[in-house]
Amino acid sequence: MKKFNWQPWALLAPSVSAIFFLLVVPVLFVVVYSFWLRAPTGAVIPDFQFGNYARFFEDFFYPSILIRTIRVSLICVFLCLIFGYIPAYFFHRSKSRYRQAMILLIMLPFWISFIIRTMSWVNILGANGFVNHALMKIGLISEPLSLLYNEGAVLMGLIQFLLPFMILNIFVSLEGIDKNLLEAARSMGCNEWQAFKEVTLPLSLPGVSAGCLLVFVLTAGTYLPPMILGGAGNEMIANLIFNRVIGTLDWPFGSAISVILLILLGTIVWTYNRYLGINQLFNAFKGT
Amino acid sequence: MLKISGWSLIRLFTIMVYVFMFLPIVVVIILSFDTQQFASFPMQGFTLQWYYELAQNESIIRAFKSSIMLGALAALISTSIAIPAAMAFVRYSFRGKNSINTLLLAPIMVPEVVLGVALLLFMRWLQQPKSFAMLLLGHVMLTLPYVLLIVQARMVSINNVYEEAAKSLGANPLQTFKEVTLPLLLPAILAGMLFAFTISFDNITATLFWATAEHQTVPVRIFGMLRHSISPEINALGTVMIFFTIMTPLIAALSIRYFSRKSA
Repeated sequence: MKKFNWQPWALLAPSVSAIFFLLVVPVLFVVVYSFWLRAPTGAVIPDFQFGNYARFFEDFFYPSILIRTIRVSLICVFLCLIFGYIPAYFFHRSKSRYRQAMILLIMLPFWISFIIRTMSWVNILGANGFVNHALMKIGLISEPLSLLYNEGAVLMGLIQFLLPFMILNIFVSLEGIDKNLLEAARSMGCNEWQAFKEVTLPLSLPGVSAGCLLVFVLTAGTYLPPMILGGAGNEMIANLIFNRVIGTLDWPFGSAISVILLILLGTIVWTYNRYLGINQLFNAFKGT
Repeated sequence: MLKISGWSLIRLFTIMVYVFMFLPIVVVIILSFDTQQFASFPMQGFTLQWYYELAQNESIIRAFKSSIMLGALAALISTSIAIPAAMAFVRYSFRGKNSINTLLLAPIMVPEVVLGVALLLFMRWLQQPKSFAMLLLGHVMLTLPYVLLIVQARMVSINNVYEEAAKSLGANPLQTFKEVTLPLLLPAILAGMLFAFTISFDNITATLFWATAEHQTVPVRIFGMLRHSISPEINALGTVMIFFTIMTPLIAALSIRYFSRKSA
């Protein structure tokens, strides 16, 4: 019988206990709270019941926010895929000596404050913003368009935030493709497009799926862009949770919504992990 | 002919993506010099007034101080607990390794709102009021996975033979770590700390749950200012933040290069 090796566990103890007490236990508390009641006085009553969940699905208001969250996340994944794949492919194939610098440059906004980047879309899309000013200047419109406080504005903010994640994931998987395979395809008579379709695209799919999952998960939990760029009627589920917990101090209901969000994302991540393996997801970060 | 036009379309598309990514940043910088009371186009004139006002604004300077302090401490703590964890993952094999690794990376996948609610709820149950310590613990959790990924990736590429050689020359594990592993790991440690600092400095959603009135970070302060309207002062603050966040990795990259050359 092999002797139990305590050394790795001793090395892991600080990190594991940090995540255990700061994440695992608190999330378990959220689950417990979601079954409790909030008295009219505001006190929380420890009483196991499903009232908070029933309330969520009772009328269409709350589920509609859940559905909007899923819809916006899917649109965002799709747009990030298109706006991410092409630049990633460009970097992959570019022979420019500035290639490294170009990649670094597209990653640069990633470092820059999220709230500043989100807020600046008001400067761009607002009634007196950059786009309206430019369009009026060239005489295309005579009155400012209302570009702000709608789903399109939220998507702008989201894509600007998430695109580097997608580009990085796809780029890393493109770079991992064995160059000989492409040579082989070419030598067998494939043209550029066929070689891309038959070799490069299928082999880049792990990076694509990792990028898509990351973008979906991050969009579904997003708070800031709907808050600043969405206005009334464009809330997503994170805004709902924030308002219940910080605004109306309804902890049990806020907890129940958090659990619903966790179940949604957990199912998606679990499915992904089952078929592709979760470790794929973190490859891109290791390159940074 | 077709090949060339396909490639130039790809290039054009990529340029447009750059424009999209940098437009908000450029506009913030431009409007921060505008003379108008409310940030809008067309610009009316050039002034440094908003930067002057920023420098006089006590609450923003205080927010900068808390942000820097918080980021530095979070980076220090999360890096020092991530290093042994990375060693455990790379140098040992044990049961449940993959599950533990996934657990430690979980904060990336759990939505920030849920992280925010959960820690706040737990602390309330423990009857702990919001404090700087709680904010710091939260930020350690947020930054730990990123530091772990970076340090672990570097650890994998460090050949085990150096450590073996040190051990065979009679060094004990602690000496081996201090004399061999740590110097080789230094670039990754610095990169990890820098990444942690930036993540902590930039974090807004979870921090909104944890921040107290006296320990507001810069993004929380900006969030508060946004309730009114976008003034050029916010754009000026944004510009300062932009330069701050660009300069930090730049300085760090140079110092990492310097250190790794020294250790090589």
